[in-house]
Amino acid sequence: MKLSESWLQEWVNPHLSRETLCSKLAMSGFEIEEVQLLADDAVIDFAITPNRGDCLSVRGMAREISAITEADFTAPSFNAVTPTIPDTIAVRVEAPESCPRYTARIIRGLSNTIQTPVEIRDRLQKSGLNSISLVVDIVNYVMLELGQPMHAFDLDTIHREVIIRHAKPQEKIQLLDGSEKTLDTETVCIADSEKPLAIAGVMGGLDSGVRSLTTHILLESAYFAPTMIAKQRQRHLLHSDSAYRFERGVDPTIQREAIERVTHLLLTHAGGSAGPVVEVVHETSLPPLKTITVSAKAVKELLGISIDAAVIESIFTRLQCPFTTSSHETWAIEVPTYRFDLAIPEDVIEEIARLYGYENIPTQPLEATLQAPTAGEADHTAALRDRLCATGYHEVISYSFIDQKLQTLLDPAQPAVDLLNPISTEMAVMRTNLFGGLINTYLYNHSRQQQRIRLFEIGTCFTRTDGVLHQVQKIAGLSGGAVAPAQWGTASRAVDFYDVKGDIESTLHPICNKLNFKKESHPALHPGQTAGIYVGDQKIGVLGVLHPQIQQTLDIQEKIVLFELDLNFIKFINQPIYKEISKFPEIRRDLALLVNQTVPVEEIQDRIRLAAGSCLCDVFVFDVYQGKGITPGHKSIAVGLVWQHPTRTLVDDEINVSLARVVAELREQLGITLRS
Amino acid sequence: MDTQTLADILQKATAAAEAASDLQALQSCRVEYLGKKGLLTEQLKSLGQLPPDERPAAGQKINTAKVALEVLLTARESVLKESAVSAQLASESIDVTLSGRTIGVGSLHPVTKTMMELKSIFSQMGFSFMEGPEIEDDYHNFTALNIPPMHPARAMQDTFYFPDGLLLRTHMSPVQIRTMKETRPPLRMAAMGKVYRHDFDVTHTPMFHQMECLLIDKHISFTHLKWLLKEFLSTFFEAHIPVRFRPGYFPFTEPSAEVDIGCLNCKSKGCRICKQTGYLEILGCGMVHPNVLTMADIDPKHFRGFAWGLGIDRLAMLKYGIPDLRSLFENDLRFLKQF
Repeated sequence: MKLSESWLQEWVNPHLSRETLCSKLAMSGFEIEEVQLLADDAVIDFAITPNRGDCLSVRGMAREISAITEADFTAPSFNAVTPTIPDTIAVRVEAPESCPRYTARIIRGLSNTIQTPVEIRDRLQKSGLNSISLVVDIVNYVMLELGQPMHAFDLDTIHREVIIRHAKPQEKIQLLDGSEKTLDTETVCIADSEKPLAIAGVMGGLDSGVRSLTTHILLESAYFAPTMIAKQRQRHLLHSDSAYRFERGVDPTIQREAIERVTHLLLTHAGGSAGPVVEVVHETSLPPLKTITVSAKAVKELLGISIDAAVIESIFTRLQCPFTTSSHETWAIEVPTYRFDLAIPEDVIEEIARLYGYENIPTQPLEATLQAPTAGEADHTAALRDRLCATGYHEVISYSFIDQKLQTLLDPAQPAVDLLNPISTEMAVMRTNLFGGLINTYLYNHSRQQQRIRLFEIGTCFTRTDGVLHQVQKIAGLSGGAVAPAQWGTASRAVDFYDVKGDIESTLHPICNKLNFKKESHPALHPGQTAGIYVGDQKIGVLGVLHPQIQQTLDIQEKIVLFELDLNFIKFINQPIYKEISKFPEIRRDLALLVNQTVPVEEIQDRIRLAAGSCLCDVFVFDVYQGKGITPGHKSIAVGLVWQHPTRTLVDDEINVSLARVVAELREQLGITLRS
Repeated sequence: MDTQTLADILQKATAAAEAASDLQALQSCRVEYLGKKGLLTEQLKSLGQLPPDERPAAGQKINTAKVALEVLLTARESVLKESAVSAQLASESIDVTLSGRTIGVGSLHPVTKTMMELKSIFSQMGFSFMEGPEIEDDYHNFTALNIPPMHPARAMQDTFYFPDGLLLRTHMSPVQIRTMKETRPPLRMAAMGKVYRHDFDVTHTPMFHQMECLLIDKHISFTHLKWLLKEFLSTFFEAHIPVRFRPGYFPFTEPSAEVDIGCLNCKSKGCRICKQTGYLEILGCGMVHPNVLTMADIDPKHFRGFAWGLGIDRLAMLKYGIPDLRSLFENDLRFLKQF
């Protein structure tokens, strides 16, 4: 809230330099957003927290400055205006819980065409309010001065009476900002006997507003309940200085004072004659007077220090809180009617700390009971992250919401969770996997001359199945370009499926050394180069080459390999169990197999293990060849087999028998022959 | 056999050994003089032709010559071996400044590095790290934090909503609420993660990272909060930086405070980064509001607590001198490779 410094000084003048005052305010809970220096004044922009609606005026801020600096607070005295005409209007409050106090007054014969006095216009402008017309300007001026939002109606547009009531369903009103709103029974409006005139406390209607030729007005100064105002402001998506103040709490005792002040200024500058003030009060609906009891013990417990009773009492006085005390250890404080933020003892203790100065409260080392962490799921995230980093992947963090089109392209079957109010179409839906962010990052970097791009990300993915929302932590990676950085002594080649498969195996190795890869499909990946990643029967992720069609759509020129793992499943992988190491020698034999190319290597290895018997301790592929010398449609696979017995040395005959079984099994089951 | 012959042989042998340029040549020299048919060996064989009384003296002379030659050959051998090693070493010398063969090194995001550091500090102080959902409900994000539906503080945080009324959490506080409901006090917990606010400009991104900590125990006061945060900030910034506490406002704490640190850029003298104030706002904190405790089924008569929250991205920017928040989420490799 911006206020003129000289205006404030009429109410309180602490005789401090501007810097000192601003620094004191900042250290007392009022940050200064900006100080604008003018030739003969300064405009101070105070950041006022939502709990301090009482400070949204010159009077409120001056009161606060007085409490903080202990400078005298001098409220100018405003005299009530003596009515000179008998005119009144009937006021009927049908929603007393929303409008506990309503005051109104008729002023006749004023002129709204006179220019607003410079002093008023100047102060409004400094607070960021445009001059509109004399009547509106004076109403706004008093709002800034005293904190009471008010409204002026063109009396000639009001039919017979003023009713504060809930709107009827489908009732319509055109507001001062030009918008048309359809009201409902939740909305409280100011109406006459025929139509709504204003949305109470938020905004007046266009038709009933004062115009330049208006000569008779009805002034309104009311207290509206904060939650009611907040509700209807939000409901109708409106913002106004009036609602802003009512929502935060306007002093429920100042309505008459404010209407008198406005009347006085209007009669002075616009002429006219005022009728008597009509006031309708529902005492039981007004905020009750609060008394809060605070003890020295409670102060000590919450703040950790003992503050002198005399100091505490002087703070109450500075805050204009009357109090009673027994033996200066417990105080019953009367809360000023404008302090909506003070409700419980902690609120009062905060006020004590605030004016005592947070910086004057010492520190005290903390003692706490040791607590063993609860045993549970292992968090491998940090380990995976470190290993991927060591494997050459760069960690990225992308937004959790992505473009609907990209999301659909990468995961068409999964309906994404849409945001109601996205920032932009590029950030409209929650991602169901991490590929979108990685691909966007790839594109960003590729267009910036980065040749070799290896990325990974850890983040939450969001899906909804059968109405149930799932939020799953995933880790995913992307590799594109050369398999290794350009360097001497190593031939450059593009990354492929097997490079990334190896990266996954080595990354996961400390957590799980037995991954299975099964040929599968994924909408974003190449149908011939995609594998599901399994631990036992549990699928933990997917690996594959980006689908060539998607590659084309996104205008990507090279092969990109992607993988994604579900971190939740990785949490539950079992710890390894130690197996005794054999002291006896290993025996290795190699086989060169001629295999139909459709037979997966894993099946060959499974058959070998099955046929070789329990002494086979390892089987691995050390060469794969296709081309010259090999029957078309076939591949040559060189397999190493290693046998070892746990308790004795194996003899050649045993190995030969085992090997013969393997060869027979491969021939019979998979049609595999040995290469001569 | 005469002494002169022996001396000649020895002289020739010495010359031959010294002339041997490699171990092979030296071996030939050894064979020539000391081998089965070597010249000195032949001399020994010829002893039999001498009269018996001369044999001992002659034999001794030949042996002396043999030993002398052995010593000579051994010495020459070690010289030749040494030079052979030197030659090998010289030929095997490489350019150690050529780059190492590599699959490339990756990097960790500066926000992650900052989070790891925070986790390390607070784990050592006995805080358990908890997690919670990013898509939250209104109750955990607002109501349970003493921000009822029509509270003006809701306007402080522009929220992303979903059509069904759920929302993207605007802070890490919902994790505090969930933890309080599941765990009995005393408790010390922390939560780090992504939070979302509907704001996108030079100093705001719609997604950012926060850490929040909560401590609940019996005899806890504001002085403890001040102590813990000052300790933490000194550890994190590896220096005793000025720390100041200002009154602030959060609906879920009472009293509430904003914490500033002395500007790292200008050492509190005032600069563009701290808007000439000498201080940077770094976190918000306070004593947990009794309403929050009550809603979490913790009796505020027996337990008090404090909580604080900070922006991890901002800490990372300060720590690594990153000027633009948005660069954290652009993921430019030339940026990432620096960490």
